[in-house]
This record gives sequence, C-alpha cells and structure tokens, in this order.
Amino acid sequence: MTTLTLQRQPSTAWLGTLTRSREFSVFLALVILIAVTVAANPRFLSAQSIKDLLLNSSILVILAVGQAIVIVTKNVDLSVGSVLGLTAFATGKIFIALPDLPVIAMLVIGIALGAMLGAINGALIAVAKVPALVVTLGTLYIFRGVDFAWAQGQQISPSDLPADFLALGAGTLLGFPYLALIALAVVMAFGLYLKNLRSGREFYAIGSDVQAARLYGIRVGRKVFSAFAISGALAGLGGVIYAAKYGNLDATAGQGLELNVVAAAVVGGVAIAGGVGTVYGAALGAVLLTTITSALPVLGVSPFWQRAMIGVLILASIVLDRYLALRTERRLRGHDSHAG
Amino acid sequence: MAEAQDATVRSTRRAEAADVPLLELRDIHKSFGAVHALRGASLSLYRGQVTALVGENGAGKSTLVKTLAGLHQQDRGQVLLEGEEVSFRDPLHAREAGIAVIYQEPTMFPDLTVAENIFMGRQPLRSLRRIDRKAMRQQALELFEQLGVKIDPDRAAQGLSIADQQVVEIAKAISLDARVLIMDEPTAALSGVEVDRLFAVTRTLQAQGAAVMFISHRFEEVFALADWITVMRDGAHVATAPASELTVDGVIRQMVGRDVASLFPKQETTIGPTALEVKGLSRKGVFSDISFTVRAGEIVGLSGLVGAGRSEVARAVFGIDKYDSGEVLVRDEPLKSLSPRASMAAGLAFVPEDRRKQGLVMELNVSRNLTLTLRRKLSRFGLLTNQSEAQATKEWAKKLQIKAGSPMSPISTLSGGNQQKVVLGKWLATGPRILIIDEPTRGIDVGTKSEVHRLISELAGTGLAVLMISSELPEILGMSDRVLVMHEGRITAELSRKDATEESVMTAATGVDPKTKETTA
Repeated sequence: MTTLTLQRQPSTAWLGTLTRSREFSVFLALVILIAVTVAANPRFLSAQSIKDLLLNSSILVILAVGQAIVIVTKNVDLSVGSVLGLTAFATGKIFIALPDLPVIAMLVIGIALGAMLGAINGALIAVAKVPALVVTLGTLYIFRGVDFAWAQGQQISPSDLPADFLALGAGTLLGFPYLALIALAVVMAFGLYLKNLRSGREFYAIGSDVQAARLYGIRVGRKVFSAFAISGALAGLGGVIYAAKYGNLDATAGQGLELNVVAAAVVGGVAIAGGVGTVYGAALGAVLLTTITSALPVLGVSPFWQRAMIGVLILASIVLDRYLALRTERRLRGHDSHAG
Repeated sequence: MAEAQDATVRSTRRAEAADVPLLELRDIHKSFGAVHALRGASLSLYRGQVTALVGENGAGKSTLVKTLAGLHQQDRGQVLLEGEEVSFRDPLHAREAGIAVIYQEPTMFPDLTVAENIFMGRQPLRSLRRIDRKAMRQQALELFEQLGVKIDPDRAAQGLSIADQQVVEIAKAISLDARVLIMDEPTAALSGVEVDRLFAVTRTLQAQGAAVMFISHRFEEVFALADWITVMRDGAHVATAPASELTVDGVIRQMVGRDVASLFPKQETTIGPTALEVKGLSRKGVFSDISFTVRAGEIVGLSGLVGAGRSEVARAVFGIDKYDSGEVLVRDEPLKSLSPRASMAAGLAFVPEDRRKQGLVMELNVSRNLTLTLRRKLSRFGLLTNQSEAQATKEWAKKLQIKAGSPMSPISTLSGGNQQKVVLGKWLATGPRILIIDEPTRGIDVGTKSEVHRLISELAGTGLAVLMISSELPEILGMSDRVLVMHEGRITAELSRKDATEESVMTAATGVDPKTKETTA
C-alpha cells in the first residue's frame, strides 16, 4: 500500500494551484484594470461606483453562468438576449394584468418561462440533432420576433410596475445590491453543482469527448437539453431582473446581449471547444467586461473604442489559453510515467 | 507437467460451470444499412472462465462487443443473462447488469483528470451527494497499484500515451466489479510487463467468479489465458471449443477458412544507398543521441517497449515534433526546415500509430481520406473535382485491395485493417522514397496483417526505405533487414537480421536478462 502513495502536496500547494488557475489570470486582469483606472481617477473606487459596477454586471454574470454550462458541453446559446428580452417584456405585461403578484412569484414565472424557451432550443438540438449555433441563431430571431409582435411598439414604464418590484432593482442589503447578491447566489450554486456533483461533472465529460461520454453511459441528449434549459432559465431570471432594474421596457430589451455573454464566458476561460472552464471564470469575465465599459471613459478612451477593447480582450484570453495549454502539455509530457 | 496439471484444472472448472452460461448470445443478426455485420453470431460466457473471441478483421467481433455493451441493438437474436432474456437499451443499462467493457480504442475525456476518467458517473460521494475527491484519488491509486503502474490520478488524461490510456481503461473496467468483463484487444498497445499484469488481474477476477471475454490477435495470449476459444468468420459463429483441444494452425484455418501459408512473406531485396540518416537526435527527457541510417530497399525495424520513445523519434524525424539537437539527412541533404511539409517534399511519408486520431479524418469518406495528401496534385485551378478523386481512389483501392462499401462510405464504417490500408494508400500516393510506419498492424487480424506485410515488403522491393516501429516481436523479426532497439530514449542495440532473436531484442529492450525474467506463457 505504501509503495505507491504519491507525495503529499505541501500545504502551500493551494496557493500554487490558485495562481496557476485560469480564473486567477482574469482576476489579475481585473485588479490591474481597476488599479490603472484608480490611478487616473481615484473616485473610480468610491462606494457608489463599486455599487454601480456590481449592479451593472449582475445580469451579465447570471447569463454568463448559463452560457458557461452550455459552452462546457461544446455548444453555444445565442438566444439568451432574446430570451431575456421576451421575459422582461412578459414581466411588465404580467404586472400590468396582476399588479398584486408577489415579486417572488414573478421571479419563478420568469425562470419558468426562460426554461421553457431554453427547452425549445434543447429539444431541437438534442432530438433533431441540429448544431446549437444554427438552432439558437434561429430562435434568437424567433423569440425576438415574438417579442416585437407582442409589444406592437408598446412601451412599459416604471409607473406600470409595483413599487416593491422596482425596489428589487435598486435596493440593497447591508450595502450590497440585491441584484449582486442574486448573481452571487447563482454563481455559487452552479459553481458547486458543476464541481461537486456527479450530474455536474457530466457536462464536462460531454464537452471533452461526446463519444466517450456515450460509452460511459451518460445520456448525452438529455444532458445537453438540460444545459440549454438552465441557460434559458437563467436568461429568464435575467429578464425579470432587467425589468426590475430598468423599468422602461420595450421589445428591444437585451438586444445584442448574447455576444457579450459569450465574450464574458470565453474571456473567463470557458473553452469554446468544450470540456474546460468554470462558472466562476465566466462570472469574472462578465465583471471584467462591465468594468472595462465603465473604466474606459474614466481613462479618457472614446466609448467608440470599447467594442474594440472587448475584442482585444477575447483574443488575448484565447492566446493565454493556448499558452497555458502548451505549458501544461509540456509539463505532462515530462511527468509521463511511461516515457523514457 | 505443469501444463498437464493446468489443463486438468481447466477441465474441472469447465465441468463445474458448464450448466447455465452467465451471459449468452444466440444467433445475433445486425445490419448497418446494406452491410451485414453480424449474421448468426453466438457466444457463451461462463462464470470463472475466460473465453477468447478470435476472427479476422471485419469478422464482426467488435460489433458483437458493442451489442453486448448496449451500444448497438441486435436486429434479431437473443441475449440471455443467467438464462433470462434481456435487451440492453444503452451502455448504462448493460453496465448496471454487471457488464464492463474495455473498447479497442481507448475512450477518454482529455480535459478531465485520470481519476475522474475512471469514475465518471460513479464518483465516490460524501455528504450532500458531493463528490469525495480524496476517496476518488485513493481508489484510483489502489487500482493502479493493483495493475502495478504509476500514473498520477490528478493529472489530465490529455497527453497520456496510448499504453497509459489503455491502463486507465482497464482500471475503469476493474473498478466496476463487473460479473462480465469484455476486453476488445486490451493488449494491442501494451508492452510485455503490462500485459503480464493485466493477465494477473484477469486471473484474479476469474477466480472471483467473473466471466471474462477477450479479443486478441496474439495467439500466445489466447492460448495462455483462455479456457474457451470461439471463432467468428463473416459475422457468424464458426466454432467454439476448449482451448486445450485446439492448435494455433487449427484456429487460423477456421478464422480464414483456408491455410495461411506464411505470416510474414518477407522478400529478399537489393539494398541501395543510404536514404535516411539521423545523427545525434536529442530531445530533453524524451530521447537522446539517436543515430541510425535507413538505406533504399531496406526495412529497419525499431523495437522497444511501449514508452521507450520510438514514436517520439519518428515524429521528430518527420518534423512534427521539435528536437533540441541533431540533424536529419535525406539522401545526404539536411531537411530544409523542420515541418511535415518539408519532409514530404523531401520524399518522406509517415503512417502514424493512432490511425483514428492522426492518420484519418474520421468524418470524411474513403475517397477524401485517400486523396488528402494529393489534394494539390489532383486539383485543377485550385478546385478538387470529384472525378479526379474518384479516379485516384479507384486506382489505390484496387492496388491495396481496400474493402469498402463504396468510395463514398464514411471511413469510420471500415474495419481496422481496411482503415490502415487507406492510411497507407494515402501516403504511398505521394510517391515517397522513405516510409516511416508506426505499428503497421496494430489491431489488424491475421489475414490482413500478412497482406500489410506483403505490401510493405513489396514496397521495399521497389527501392523504398522503410523504418518500421512495432511492438510485436514476430513482426519485427520477420520483416526487418536490421533491427534497432530502444530503451528509455536511447538506442541500446543494432542487430542484423541473423543476430536478431526474441531474446537478443528483449534483452536490449528491457536491460533485463531474459533468462531470469519470469515468464507467463
């Protein structure tokens, strides 16, 4: 028994593991960005601006978590912006019809509606075996089209919505915005799920090698379906939150958001090739993207350059991933017990 | 004496368990489109007994395994588990029934850790149904100890050698505590020591009452391990008999339905000038100071245990991997640059070991795969025409006797032997002067094997210089004009055809005196 016990890792190993992790590099980028921005304008670190930052990144974080799960299975969900838009508008319509509906019930309805829309994606992908890129590109337009047809140019204003609902969007608990706490809860819940539960690990298995996953007895279709349902449900949650935060709703809510969501996940180290990445990384990616958006004006960079900056970030993170992969490969080769 | 005793023990074991098979397949039929893969396959597996399933490539062995595993559902016929008819919907269902399968090609999750690869879906749990990583790691270590290998359970599966991947597969199957263990060519990628360990583990499982079935093209293994031998031909059951009542020749006759004259029809060739010269090639931690030459018309065998660095040398010579020092000369000229393209231009061709990952584009059809290296030559104004592809395909399919439904069949539908012929054809079509071929007959049946050998031998006869890497000693000894042996990244011996014997090669490959080494067969 003792002949083969590998050496125990020293107690500081966690530090090495942490700093080597892909999430850490995103975190580092975030810290550097904030430091540089603060150097240019110390007010960037005021309590109010941090609160704004958290508030502004909440929706993107929630959607990025769902997207991360989908991308881990080697798929992509482009319909999340439209799901968010449709749910946000539905939220307004429902409150107009039922002004006394409790906020919690609205959250549940939003999640259910989003999950249903996600299930449509999942069913088309898992049953009809059409690539996710195409299916969700289709539903991106379909869901948005339904939204427009339903809205008929109508606008919902904050005065149509109950006050306690709007408080969800602006209120704080111990100084933390509700929305940030919800986002944090989502990140933690799915982070633990993906890391620690058998069912969560199966997403990684599928993304890593779908054929092998089948041989292991994983029900791939069902699993991919559930990834899209989760992504939809979180986009639905995002829709309700969007309604609470902005109050002004029309059929364009969340238009173009899907690309930011995918960008957040990719920047956060969720490999588009599947099998790699965490929701923590995706969440950090979302915060990083939001921070850039608010930091660039402070740094005197024209807002026109913001999109280009996001692009640079995506490419930089892909280069980083490639570099890390090569380094790991080299390390593993050195470790190979049979080599020699 | 010992053999006779062994045979008695075996026959007693047979008598005890001969009543109801633990798992039985009766008259299984399975078609894929127009291809009749199985047409009346039958198989019985008994508690505590080992059955070897043998047959030529394309005989339907792997299809039968996949039916047992629940991956395919039979069109007709019965599967009986302890006498009760069952029908496996999917792999999970078969696994729950106690059937563990090691597939021919390792199936891995490259991004996940080794431990997770073993326990996916069955990870040990702690409170709140959370995965207990510590226990998972510990159990993986125990499995590896049982198999006598050292693999870090926490490393990613990515980058594992094929042998290590196979070890992980075996660990996975053992960890299932299965009643029925099915192994589809488990030893194809393993070296002698690892094979011995696998067999020891197999015997333990057998003693615990598991029914074991394995497929192998190595007869010494079949006869060393099996109580029963079942022969398949053309998707149907040919014969089942106790191993003690059969001979190698008899089994081969049943497999091919004819006598196989010679396994390795090596032709005498005239050996010409030096075609490939490798000088002092080194790569830190992988191989060092590799020097050798291959002359026109010569077949040089590169032997050694799995992991000795043979494939790595081949990849470096062909320009796929970098090296730290040394040089590669083709007909006395150094290669212009280190890239497969430069190597191809200089007349090198490389048939890699893992044909599924490195040799073929599994998604494409036979024709596309075959003409992949020719796409520049065949294209007109930068466009490939189906007609020119079809022409080239027809020519090579005929030369190499490739058996495929049609040139448009996906390559994945071909048997292993025919896939290998496509890879070979793909490279031969470039008209190379030097052919590097890594494990040319890995996982290929006897009939096709000798065809591949004949082909290589004929090619050498036309003046091609061949560097052949192989883990199979008979292949090395039968085919090579000269044998190089590697051990831990160095060439430890260079033997002429007449000096190369099983003993001399094994001694150089292991550094262990073959006389003191324990043998299993």
